[in-house]
Amino acid sequence: MREITYRQALNEALAEELERDPNVFLMGEEVAEYQGAYKVSAGLLQRFGPKRIIDTPISENGFAGLGIGAAMVGLRPIIEFMTFSFSLVAFDQVVNNAPNMFMMSGGQFNIPITFRGPNGPAHQLAATHSHATENFYASVPGLKVCTPATPRDAKGLLKTAVRDDNPVLVLEAELLYSSKGMVEPPDEELLIPLGKADVKREGSDVTVICYSQTVPISLTVAAQLEEEDISAEVVDLRSIKPLDEKAIFESVAKTHRVVIVEQDHSFCGVGAEICYRIQKTIFDSLDAPILRVSQEDVPMPYNEDLERAVLPNAEKLVTAVKQVCYA
Amino acid sequence: MQPLEQRDEVEMLSLMLLIRRFEERASQQYQAQKIGGFCHLYIGQEAVVAGAVAAIRPDDYIITAYRDHGHALARGTTAKACMAELFGKETGCSRGLGGSMHFFDKEHHMYGGHAIVSAHVPLAVGLAFAIKYRDEDRVTLCFFGDGAINQGSFHEALNLAALYKLPIIFICENNLFAMGTSVERSTSLKQIVDRAEGYDIPGEIVDGMNFREVRDKVAEVADSIRKESHPSFLEVRTYRYRGHSMSDPASYRTKEELEKYRLDDPIIRLRAQLTREGKLTNEQFDQLDKRAKETVLTAVKFAEQSPELPVEKLYDYVYFNGAKA
Repeated sequence: MREITYRQALNEALAEELERDPNVFLMGEEVAEYQGAYKVSAGLLQRFGPKRIIDTPISENGFAGLGIGAAMVGLRPIIEFMTFSFSLVAFDQVVNNAPNMFMMSGGQFNIPITFRGPNGPAHQLAATHSHATENFYASVPGLKVCTPATPRDAKGLLKTAVRDDNPVLVLEAELLYSSKGMVEPPDEELLIPLGKADVKREGSDVTVICYSQTVPISLTVAAQLEEEDISAEVVDLRSIKPLDEKAIFESVAKTHRVVIVEQDHSFCGVGAEICYRIQKTIFDSLDAPILRVSQEDVPMPYNEDLERAVLPNAEKLVTAVKQVCYA
Repeated sequence: MQPLEQRDEVEMLSLMLLIRRFEERASQQYQAQKIGGFCHLYIGQEAVVAGAVAAIRPDDYIITAYRDHGHALARGTTAKACMAELFGKETGCSRGLGGSMHFFDKEHHMYGGHAIVSAHVPLAVGLAFAIKYRDEDRVTLCFFGDGAINQGSFHEALNLAALYKLPIIFICENNLFAMGTSVERSTSLKQIVDRAEGYDIPGEIVDGMNFREVRDKVAEVADSIRKESHPSFLEVRTYRYRGHSMSDPASYRTKEELEKYRLDDPIIRLRAQLTREGKLTNEQFDQLDKRAKETVLTAVKFAEQSPELPVEKLYDYVYFNGAKA
């Protein structure tokens, strides 16, 4: 194991999959000559050439659709959205073409495509550039959605996504690109299955369910609460769809209390689905109502203080945890 | 693989008759409520797909919009599989899961059947991208209607195809109406083909009621693309005799206009050409027509008797490998 950044981990995943399978190519805005808007694809053009690392014009609908068409005949495109806020321009392709093709062709055409890029609010980018798209996309049958929070998960999930025979969205955490973590050495194959949550910290009093940018918040809060004698278990979903219900239920059965801290809005957010599943399946395990910490239901303001007020943060999470623990 | 342009023109006339009779029977079965959803008929436009398919190889890719019955039949999907699809049966070309607007046939390189206007044009560019990526000499034929040319995805796709010099023929089946809106009420240009010029793509206007003209033009363009990969655009002028879909009485156009085009019918034209040249007798034509009608009737019977996909298999078509999310 060695310590690398989230960005490097993604870069390694791309390079390894490009190396392994000639059907894999990377396409998107600024991925080649500019070396990636966030430098995730740095060096790949030099290594794999312009046939496989392809710059596009600013045409998200066009190149997302191009990728899906190429996938219909067996290529395995990796389509980068400079941010998932821009994927909304390609919503028709991502939602109406990629996941529908397999059903509407009677099983003749599966679409082995990976859509990836930063997702979720970053810092003062205001309403149009701050979308957390996981709940939109996870609600679509036929799509898979993963949300890595650590360099190791980012590498392992991206590699798995590229090998999956279905459309997979790898929603990267924009704020975590420079964060560091331990990852297996490059000569060791690292594949992390989709639909497998990871207990990032064990605990016994309360389960904190999180993903992506809310994972570091949860870990900070768990450490802080330990000093107050509250033992929080941090469950990182890693994938929103498929959802690892088993891991959730196991943790809740142990702690009996749950806070979900999500990156998206509360209305129809990821946490709403998880709440439903918990109460439906293990209602009797609960000792307190489930609480959710989500974004406020407003378009994202630019003002820094107001943005902070909208986002989930440590303070809000601490309050919620204490509330479910009646502490 | 042998190009279809070597194919007998009588055979292609027979295909056009099959499409015509298929659509007439589909209309009847729709009215009898055997067919659900939306149903868009291709009657009047047969020479476009017949001519295009006659000019390309069986391993070339084709993709189209929702008025797709003729394209599947032209590619070699059986009338049985097409009719069964309309009936929503498991024996349909998309197992009854796609319906009229989503005919697919992988074996015959028919990539759909797409019902969001112009959303398949980027897919077509992706098919062409794959051809070039693999250094193959195939060509992609992308069919769409005149309504598609005002969608953003159309413009993005044309730009990408030109930028990457992809082997694709954009075939605009200009039947003068996007549903009920005429080209002059929807498009700022006088000629649709001029759209191509904006992307530095060579374009030409073709008489879509003339099988031979379509075939020869597509053959010429496909040949040029195989020699050196590039996109091309054909505005093929045609006419649909029926409304946009089954529910459309087409009151936005005059009887006289319809009659004018009916007199220029693509089947009658090709028949007359062949008869004049001594390649087809009246008896032979009647025989072809009779055979087309019989094929379609057999297809209806087949569709009626076919099973539906059982509900237990519903989740088998969400994710490849059948794994549930």
